[in-house]
Amino acid sequence: MTDLHQLKNLNKSLHLNFFRERIPTRNGYGEGLLQVGKDKRIMVLCADLVESTRVLAFKEKYPQQFIEVGVAEQNLVTVAAGLSAVGKIPFVSSYAVFCPGRCWEQIRTTICYNNRNVKIIGAHAGISVGPDGATHQMLEDIAIMRSLPNMVVVVPADYEQTKKATQAIAAYKGPAYMRFAREKTEQMTTTKTPFQIGKAQVLTHGNDLTIIAAGPVLYECLRAAAQLEQKNIHVSVINCHTIKPLDGETILTAVRQSKKVITVEEAQITGGLGGAVTEFLAEHYPVPVKRIGVRDHFGESGEPQELLEQFGFSARHIYKEALSLLGRKR
Amino acid sequence: MKQLHSIKDLQMMANIIREDIITALTEAKSGHSAGPLGMADIFTALYFNVLKHNPRKPNWPGRDRLVLSNGHICPVLYATMANAGYFPKKELLTLRKLGTRLQGHPHRESLPGLETTSGPLGSGLSQAAGMAYGLKIDKKPNLVFALCSDGEHDEGNHWEAVLFAAKYKLSNLIAITDRNYIQIDGNTENIMPLDPLDQKYNAFNWNVITIDGNDFKQILAVLHKARSNRDRPLMIIANTIPGKGVEYMENDYRWHGSPPGTVKTERAPSLEEQSSIALDELHAREAELRGKWYRQHNKLDPLHTLQSKKRT
Repeated sequence: MTDLHQLKNLNKSLHLNFFRERIPTRNGYGEGLLQVGKDKRIMVLCADLVESTRVLAFKEKYPQQFIEVGVAEQNLVTVAAGLSAVGKIPFVSSYAVFCPGRCWEQIRTTICYNNRNVKIIGAHAGISVGPDGATHQMLEDIAIMRSLPNMVVVVPADYEQTKKATQAIAAYKGPAYMRFAREKTEQMTTTKTPFQIGKAQVLTHGNDLTIIAAGPVLYECLRAAAQLEQKNIHVSVINCHTIKPLDGETILTAVRQSKKVITVEEAQITGGLGGAVTEFLAEHYPVPVKRIGVRDHFGESGEPQELLEQFGFSARHIYKEALSLLGRKR
Repeated sequence: MKQLHSIKDLQMMANIIREDIITALTEAKSGHSAGPLGMADIFTALYFNVLKHNPRKPNWPGRDRLVLSNGHICPVLYATMANAGYFPKKELLTLRKLGTRLQGHPHRESLPGLETTSGPLGSGLSQAAGMAYGLKIDKKPNLVFALCSDGEHDEGNHWEAVLFAAKYKLSNLIAITDRNYIQIDGNTENIMPLDPLDQKYNAFNWNVITIDGNDFKQILAVLHKARSNRDRPLMIIANTIPGKGVEYMENDYRWHGSPPGTVKTERAPSLEEQSSIALDELHAREAELRGKWYRQHNKLDPLHTLQSKKRT
């Protein structure tokens, strides 16, 4: 299979690890917490989702630093704001639809405006949550969190990066939001890949097109880039794991060469990564941009792979959009 | 910090705070009147008698925490803090104005001594519970006082905190509900009935004490017991008179969200005179004691008398 062959070459040149075991990003959160938990100021608060948000191991290892608040997301974030006021560093974990979905105003007033050192973790984000359907597929979280003053927004791409991001936001002083997905995900970073909040990672270098992505869909972007390479189209793929603050410098460097941009995110195209990138480029370097995401629509039940295909997140779809943006025939 | 011990002293101080509330609101031309006036006695008792705090070191780790959940009554918080020495009294005249540290609803980072940012209702008790939880696991003796309104009991977030505080037996959490029976649109029992509120808290496994929130004897008695509160969080239901001290405002819900000079009612004098009538009425109280009291408690004159002294 040429696609596989191309990926293997890409893999070699990038020192990536595509073909290791697939692991859910949320596992990286659970393991990251175990490491940061050595600091007694770290507290983990959960709203009746211990296992699926992967905080069970933390609860068992650090019972004194764990708080169960029940199914009450407004209380979840405001108790965390109070804990932060007395010197704790709280992580609050729920599904992204519930937190920040249910408790946005509390986050705005008691965490952002109050400038509290609280970490908000939105699990099960994106369409790939699958059979639970639209009520549980959070697509608006990036937009609503990105619009809040003082808030940092991080969307790691894989297990390893989520682990590193967990440690990074624990060390960062101030409000932070991190979203991840439910499904097992290919691994694109290794233990050696550096992670710094606000510093995007350039995975491939090419002057014909820049693809900017966040989250596990990054893998589909890399596959699309490998296919485009076969057509002699050279693509820069940027892992924009921090959506706020946006790494404008890295984006500008790539876009000055390519002058064409595709953004990809498992979220509404309004206000998310695509929104952030287009807002930035419109002010600094206006070029044609194609945003791939959910287009003003709710999700639905289905298997994760079916949904990713249906909503246009597959490598095949990204490849087609790239050719169309470049004015090339297939 | 200045401590006042006798009930007479506390009453005089509360009256000065009420006068300063009227002065600040009149100058601001917007803001809430009824709640701040009704809660002046409790704020006075807290800041001048009960709280461990230091206006010169607002971040002193050994302080008790006071969380104001219903941020809209902040004129009483600001007036009390100014009189307690957190900032110069004349700054009360900047309330709600561009560039002020005294935001229309409290913003923690604007003014040293504020423990939280508040305004949107129902979130204060849970922040206070978070503080109480953190202090408890660190075995700190500090108390957390959470001041709530009755109207904000309509909010689900508040009851989530009530469950939480009971589950974790946060006996260092002392909540006070300003039970004045009014909210913006009318009487609380018409908008969304809350009675019997004490029985609700009992059923939620809280200690509950109901007091007259405008009677210093009762206020001090219950607050002095707070440090020995055990096993459960404590809810003090303080029955207060909204607009207390200004006759034309008392028990009239229309003064919930309005400053002097804005509401024409049967009891209210003309709009232009509302402010000066309120100040005269408050100032006339215990008039014969005032001169002597002011001399004893240097620099504690109400703001409007300081202003008029300057003018003359």
